[in-house]
Amino acid sequence: MDLQELSKLLKTQLAHLLVSFPDAKDVVLDPDLMKPLDRVAGITFLKEHGVSKIFKLEPGKKSLQGCGKRVYLVRPRLVTMKYIADHINTEIAKGERRSYKIVMVPRKLHVCEMILESEGVMGHITIDEFPLELFPLDSDLLSLELPEFFTSFYLDNDTTWLHTVSSSLVNLQRLFGRAPNVYAIGKGAKMVYELMETMFETHKDRKDKTFHIGQIFIVDRDIDYVSLLCSPMTYEALLDESFGINCGMIDFDGEVTGDGKGAKMLLTSQDEIYTQIRDCHFSQMFSYMRDTAKKLQELENKKNNLQSVGDMKNFVGNDLKVLKQQQKLLTTHISASEAILKMKGKTDFEDFIRAEHNLLEGVENKENMTYIEECIQKQFSPILTLRLMCLASLTQEGLTQREYKALKTQFLHSHGFEHLVTMFRLKKLGLLTEQEVSQSSMRLGTAKVPGISVKKSNYRALNRKLGLVPNSEDINLQQPTSLSYVFSGAYTPVPCKLVEQILTRDTLIGLEDVGRMCGGLYADVKTKSQGISMPGPGNPAMKVILVFFLGGCTFSEITALRLVAKLHGFKIIVATTAITTSSRFIESLVEKVHR
Amino acid sequence: MATADWNPLGDVYYRKCELYAMEWCGLVDLAKHSVAVSTYGGPIALMKDESKLSRVVTNVKPVVSVYNAGGRLQSQMRWNSGNVITMGWSSTEELLCIQEDGVVLVYDMFLTFKRTFSMGQEAKDVKIIDAKVFSSFQGTGIAVITTSLRIFVVSNVDSPRIVRLAEVPGLNEPPSCWSIVVTDRQARALVALGSDLFLVDQGGQYQQMQADLSEDAGPISGMAVSFNSKFLALCTQQGALWIGSSDLQRKYCEFNTKSTVCPQQLVWCGNGAVVALWDRLILIVGPDKDWIRYNMDCSVFLVQEEDGLRIIGNDTHEFLQKVPAVTEQIFKIGSMEPGAMLFEASKEFQKRNQKADEYVRMIKDKLDTAVNQCIQAAGHEIEPSKQRMLLRAASFGKCFLTDYRPEPFVNMCQMLRVLNQVRHHSVGMPLTYTQLEHLSMPVLIDRLVMRKLFGLAVRICQYLKVPDAEGRSRILAHWACFKVQQKNEDEDKLARAISQKLMDVPGVSFSEIASQALEYGRKQLAVKLLDYEARASEQVPLLLKMGQDQTALTKAIDSGDTDLVYTVLLHLRDKKQNSGDFFMMIRTMPIACSLYIQYSRQQNLKLVEDLYYQEDNSLEEGNCKILRSYTVDHIEERAKILEEATNCFHRCKNEFAVKQTDEQVKLMRIQRRLEDDSGRSYADLSLQATLHQLILEGNATWVEKLRKDFKVPEKRFWILKINALAYGEDWVELEKFSRSKKPPVGIDVFVNGCMKYGNRLEAMKYLSRVSPDQKVRCLVKVGLYKEAAEAAIEMKNEDDFSYVLSRLGSADRQVAEQVRAMRGQLGARR
Repeated sequence: MDLQELSKLLKTQLAHLLVSFPDAKDVVLDPDLMKPLDRVAGITFLKEHGVSKIFKLEPGKKSLQGCGKRVYLVRPRLVTMKYIADHINTEIAKGERRSYKIVMVPRKLHVCEMILESEGVMGHITIDEFPLELFPLDSDLLSLELPEFFTSFYLDNDTTWLHTVSSSLVNLQRLFGRAPNVYAIGKGAKMVYELMETMFETHKDRKDKTFHIGQIFIVDRDIDYVSLLCSPMTYEALLDESFGINCGMIDFDGEVTGDGKGAKMLLTSQDEIYTQIRDCHFSQMFSYMRDTAKKLQELENKKNNLQSVGDMKNFVGNDLKVLKQQQKLLTTHISASEAILKMKGKTDFEDFIRAEHNLLEGVENKENMTYIEECIQKQFSPILTLRLMCLASLTQEGLTQREYKALKTQFLHSHGFEHLVTMFRLKKLGLLTEQEVSQSSMRLGTAKVPGISVKKSNYRALNRKLGLVPNSEDINLQQPTSLSYVFSGAYTPVPCKLVEQILTRDTLIGLEDVGRMCGGLYADVKTKSQGISMPGPGNPAMKVILVFFLGGCTFSEITALRLVAKLHGFKIIVATTAITTSSRFIESLVEKVHR
Repeated sequence: MATADWNPLGDVYYRKCELYAMEWCGLVDLAKHSVAVSTYGGPIALMKDESKLSRVVTNVKPVVSVYNAGGRLQSQMRWNSGNVITMGWSSTEELLCIQEDGVVLVYDMFLTFKRTFSMGQEAKDVKIIDAKVFSSFQGTGIAVITTSLRIFVVSNVDSPRIVRLAEVPGLNEPPSCWSIVVTDRQARALVALGSDLFLVDQGGQYQQMQADLSEDAGPISGMAVSFNSKFLALCTQQGALWIGSSDLQRKYCEFNTKSTVCPQQLVWCGNGAVVALWDRLILIVGPDKDWIRYNMDCSVFLVQEEDGLRIIGNDTHEFLQKVPAVTEQIFKIGSMEPGAMLFEASKEFQKRNQKADEYVRMIKDKLDTAVNQCIQAAGHEIEPSKQRMLLRAASFGKCFLTDYRPEPFVNMCQMLRVLNQVRHHSVGMPLTYTQLEHLSMPVLIDRLVMRKLFGLAVRICQYLKVPDAEGRSRILAHWACFKVQQKNEDEDKLARAISQKLMDVPGVSFSEIASQALEYGRKQLAVKLLDYEARASEQVPLLLKMGQDQTALTKAIDSGDTDLVYTVLLHLRDKKQNSGDFFMMIRTMPIACSLYIQYSRQQNLKLVEDLYYQEDNSLEEGNCKILRSYTVDHIEERAKILEEATNCFHRCKNEFAVKQTDEQVKLMRIQRRLEDDSGRSYADLSLQATLHQLILEGNATWVEKLRKDFKVPEKRFWILKINALAYGEDWVELEKFSRSKKPPVGIDVFVNGCMKYGNRLEAMKYLSRVSPDQKVRCLVKVGLYKEAAEAAIEMKNEDDFSYVLSRLGSADRQVAEQVRAMRGQLGARR
């Protein structure tokens, strides 16, 4: 199976959409959709289908220039609809004649139509939808690019995007065949699974029994926040944390590229060198790169031993081009690594990591708390501080009342009162809580309130059951065998561990407790999978596994899953609502008041 | 003899055969009715015609009856609208009644009123004198001519758009005859004025045309356009019958009927001959002046069909057609066509006569043609026994062929079975094979459904293996829609009956049936039926329409489709006058609640507060208030909102939040006061930032006051002050501060502070006072690597030494070398 099929399908749909609105037209893009659309179709594709100008939808602008036809490609958000209505009304008032088409991605919503109607522009527009759901970022990576899924579902209990997730899974299976086995881990995952089943039921169409994906795991983000908060240690994850990878694209500044201009770069498995090093622990990177450099050097040396004109022609024709390209890539990666090192050097990196690892191991609690306090006193970035605070709360299953209050007060005094709201949010998600004290008036107060149930961390029990923090000091970072290498052996991401356990054990027996702690472990197994313990022929598609993260995942987790695939001979495809990092995760929860 | 009823017309033959003995025999006299018959074997509508009736003029309203082609009464009603000028049938078998005032009333064949439309204001004002129903390229059209002698045309009765045609010059009395000609996708009227013809079109153009008539023919009194609009027949007052092309460019013949009486009906039989009717005499005239005449027993009505002519009488229903070429080839006396030989062979074979073999041998090379001819000829026969004979011949011939494809034979058998079924007098659709080919099978099935012959339709679909979605499911859905209209049936029983039939049928939309039930005012039944609908997206809107709000909301939530939930929520919000009622309704449903809150949050924060207040969720209410406070500019207003928030936090006993909010209000007021005093803005600064700015400004009193009021911990305050002073480059004050009392923080903070703002020299000053455990790090910080390494060795601290090594990256190369070399010393001293 080839995930590019999805891209092809999307392209066809987009082309159809554009052609159905004939003649030259301008396209106004939601900023959120710029990168995804670039990955799926690209500017030239749009131009080939009659698009003359491309605008970015900006809140401030009241109207736009351009030709007589305009397509808005936007997410179905209420504010966006208001901006568009503003555009149309202003332009009509100016007497400009234009036909408008609003394409909502991934689907049109009734509320949006209501807004457009109440703004009185329904008569001037046609509405359509473009089901841009999962699209491939790499040969083993799919994303919905819906970062707001996390806050909207887990924080606000808004189930809007669950529908999109389910429908994306249904459509994926329409393309690649219906997977016989589905595992849902967590509450949201169960909901997605049920919704998916309903959708299959209402649109029975395909009788085809062949499938290319054998098993699907749907995993709730809230079963493991700890792994979100840990500092990344592998190359790809570090790149994302330091520079930000957006839809598989990275923007290096001039400092990295060395020419002062900066460069965009596509990070996929097509980059050979990158494929080699993306999953490497950072400490091993330089030796890898040194080897590669040596290899390239050898290749280059070939030019000195060219015997005949034929050889020379061959060298110039083939090797030289590859050589030049690889050299350039290698240089970029080396300078990127240096830049990462430099950035880490600027902050208190060693101390921070030490505190983090101690928290995970549950040792030196007092020192850890002092360190967090120091972070506030020394005015570290609030995001970093909150990361440690949440980690402390999660690993200790709640801070003591005294610590909780003291830290919060200090934080508010330092970074502003508006973070009171931030604190509420963190508490609601169970990220920053205080230890259970039954007579605590505050808990009594909140317990009565419907809709707010504070999720309790069960880090210790889960750790004990699954052995998330390995005991042995010596984790092989070069030839890793333990998933925890992605965090230098300090922690194993729960979703990855669970997937590994279920796949290798081929049974859920013994995982009941873990399931309960994760908010439910549900399995719909139609075909007994060929466990690795059982040799013999089986459907090779059973070895193809899709892991869907509800609420986003990090590159560390993707790397860990790649290791699972490598260790046990599976092909694992990761699908996610968005790719996140610890900073982006915390930032999405921090209140940013408009001043 | 198969050719007994054949009559030659030039070099072709015409035959007339009986379709039905009419069931209305003895009850209906056609002469006293105005008649409208739908083509393609469609139903017959009769209306008692006052003008044809006795001299006594009564005020009794006429009766309209609809019969099937076999004369079986389908339905009847008393006409109680205006004066009907013309009746006609649309291509979807709807009865069109065009009244004097230009109003068109549309009924289905069971005389259920469907809709009405008008032919325009002028027609209404001045009345119409004549109307024509014609088949246009879009379906069925209507043309009327008003008393003001203007012609108005509607091209499609399903979406009436009235077009006025050009006026005929010199027309000052009603034309003797007129007709509609459809060419080039446009309907034009052909109007006779004396012996001239005018073609008027929709673009306001007219065209005068001359039919090539003999001099003594006299004015034109009648005209007929052929089924395909290509040919035209005219008759004149002097009895001339002119046949030519409809554009009058070609004339085939002019035939003198010697009758000065205008024929009652002038029609075409297929596209090959013109038929004129005088009371009981039918005259068929071919394009080469050949003619046939039939005498009828009673007055009849003629219906033009694609491939023939239906003759409807009081006792019988007959069909007149040109004998199809293939039939002629087989049955013509003395025919040596392969088909004829095969047919003979087959007959002899059944008689067990060896002649069969002889015949077959004669046509050995053309056997496949022979088989095809027999199959085709079977299709043109109406009598099943003749069909059987021909098919038997075909099947016999097939035996001698090794690679003959069976499809044509099988298809013909299937088609004939279907045709024989629908021709049965209980159904009464006398379709020919040619007509069915033109009509297509799906349309035939639709027509059966329209006649409420659901069982037959389903059986045909199953017999022809039509996919369920187009066949069985669709028909059953129609059946259900019809079923729900039967008011006398018990609702429970009906719902059960419908669901039993439809449950396992894929692709049936229960919501469609339910909405039909709703249309007929059967709400309870609709609700019951909707329960069977699997797709919530179909179910919910209808439930809302029926006012089943609660069910709609529950179903929407169960579906997991938030868009549906929003549809219901917004509908309810607009419907309920009192927002309180609305909140009460949704508060028991957490998903609905949180969705509505999400919606409101983007619309109006205040509304969200109200919602949370309703829910007694003081914590969230307070949160909203805090967020809202930031949207207000004025400090006191903001303070007021925050105080409200404090109350909320009090209610949910969140003392921490109460305290923080109180403090914030206090801070804001102080900042305001400071601003008043100094003219500098402190707005929106955190406590930390405020202190920082005050220290920079050297405002010691307020610094002290804030520190005490807000209980800033010593340590934090020190770090804050050190950094602020270093930031302001107030090195003297910093030095002074470091000696003011024993610092609660390490001296390294001073070193860091100095270094942060780039003053290495100042940093060095503090080095001597740094505590031993921080010494190495501070030395590294100021860049004294060698000294740092030495200190580490001094203290035999390996960790510190590694730290120095790890930081050598930014050191001078020489120094770095020296430090690396010192590694040995560490080991040695240990």
